[in-house]
Amino acid sequence: MASMRDIKRRRSSIQSTGQITKAMKLVSTVKLQRTKQAAVNSKSYFDYMYRTVKSMLARAGEINHPYVCGNDSNKKAVVMITGNRGLAGGYNSNIVKLVTRSELNKEDLIIYPMGKKGREAMLRYGYELADDYSEMIDAPEYVDAMRLASVLLNAYKAGEIGEIYLAYTNFKNTVVHEPKLMKLLPIDKQDEIEGPVNEKEGPEAPMNFEPEEEEALNLIVPKYVTSIIYGGMIESVASENGARMQAMDNATTNAEEMIDKLTLQYNRARQGSITQELTEIIAGSQAQN
Amino acid sequence: MAQDSSNTFEVRVITPDRTFYKGEATMVEFNTTEGEIGIYKNHIPMTVIIKPGILTITGEDVKKAALHSGFVEILGDSVTILAEVIEWPDEIDEMRAMAAKERAERLLAQKDPKTDIARAETALLRAMARINVKK
Repeated sequence: MASMRDIKRRRSSIQSTGQITKAMKLVSTVKLQRTKQAAVNSKSYFDYMYRTVKSMLARAGEINHPYVCGNDSNKKAVVMITGNRGLAGGYNSNIVKLVTRSELNKEDLIIYPMGKKGREAMLRYGYELADDYSEMIDAPEYVDAMRLASVLLNAYKAGEIGEIYLAYTNFKNTVVHEPKLMKLLPIDKQDEIEGPVNEKEGPEAPMNFEPEEEEALNLIVPKYVTSIIYGGMIESVASENGARMQAMDNATTNAEEMIDKLTLQYNRARQGSITQELTEIIAGSQAQN
Repeated sequence: MAQDSSNTFEVRVITPDRTFYKGEATMVEFNTTEGEIGIYKNHIPMTVIIKPGILTITGEDVKKAALHSGFVEILGDSVTILAEVIEWPDEIDEMRAMAAKERAERLLAQKDPKTDIARAETALLRAMARINVKK
């Protein structure tokens, strides 16, 4: 049996770890509240953006535009949003797994890392990396997303990359976050809105564009890409805090359990040592007689 | 129809961070890539791209804001402005706008082939919108 001193030392070390995890849990709970609110606030913007671009493409029909048809390059850019810090359960590794295990060919990929953890992992796996955008994820700002989007679009227009993907964590609710890989460009036209629709029917009503569709596409698609990236950032940050809160909650519970167990062991050891001492004293006094 | 008796329609201004404004209005005016436009109820469905300028929402009272970029979805009974950047007058730093205006004007006046003219022009428009909405 381990000595009393060893058990005591172990218990106090776990106790301080437990205090740290507890504090981290509280911090991420507060951060989660804030980031969750941000995610909710921005949702309607992205929904509108998404719908408008889709309906625009539905109307644009046979349009021959690089944003819709793609270009010849077989390189694929993946914007990968992870955290800058660990201790968030499976949050970072889920995104890494999502990209490494996707059907995308490793040789074709260029990773645009946002988040140190993802960047380190992809570096280790030997993926081709573009510049580091990790500092953006600390406090997502729309202008940051704009900057990244313009870098991506320039590379796309120059024919350096042929497809753009976004790997982020979708914030469903506080406990459910799912990693998602989403294609940004060229835009899929699958769910087109078909047939003549009544003018009074709302968003699907025939829409006029000023300037013309092709010109409008040039102007709106960068906004579309920016807003999706920004949305991904916001949802990922909310997910990260949620994941960390859960992980730290589990860690705290585990620490408490271990402390209980060690306390029991310590008391047993103490009792054992007292009993032993007593027997020794009695045995000694008997021997003297 | 009952709703036709009134001449107001729904206006929503949404930014990536928040719902900037939501309410009923009789007229909205703003600047687009094709020029300044004003919209009344039952406008033809249209999507337009914004150029920096002043957004004026006329309802029970008149509200003004500096609208810098984004696009607008116009339907008969609602107008939705997806604004990337928009500010109420009290959020604007006038001194900064003045400085930005002078900087842009200087850049344009220099006629240096290296300057990005389109960008300087947008910066000028943006500064003008900020200053004008303050007045």
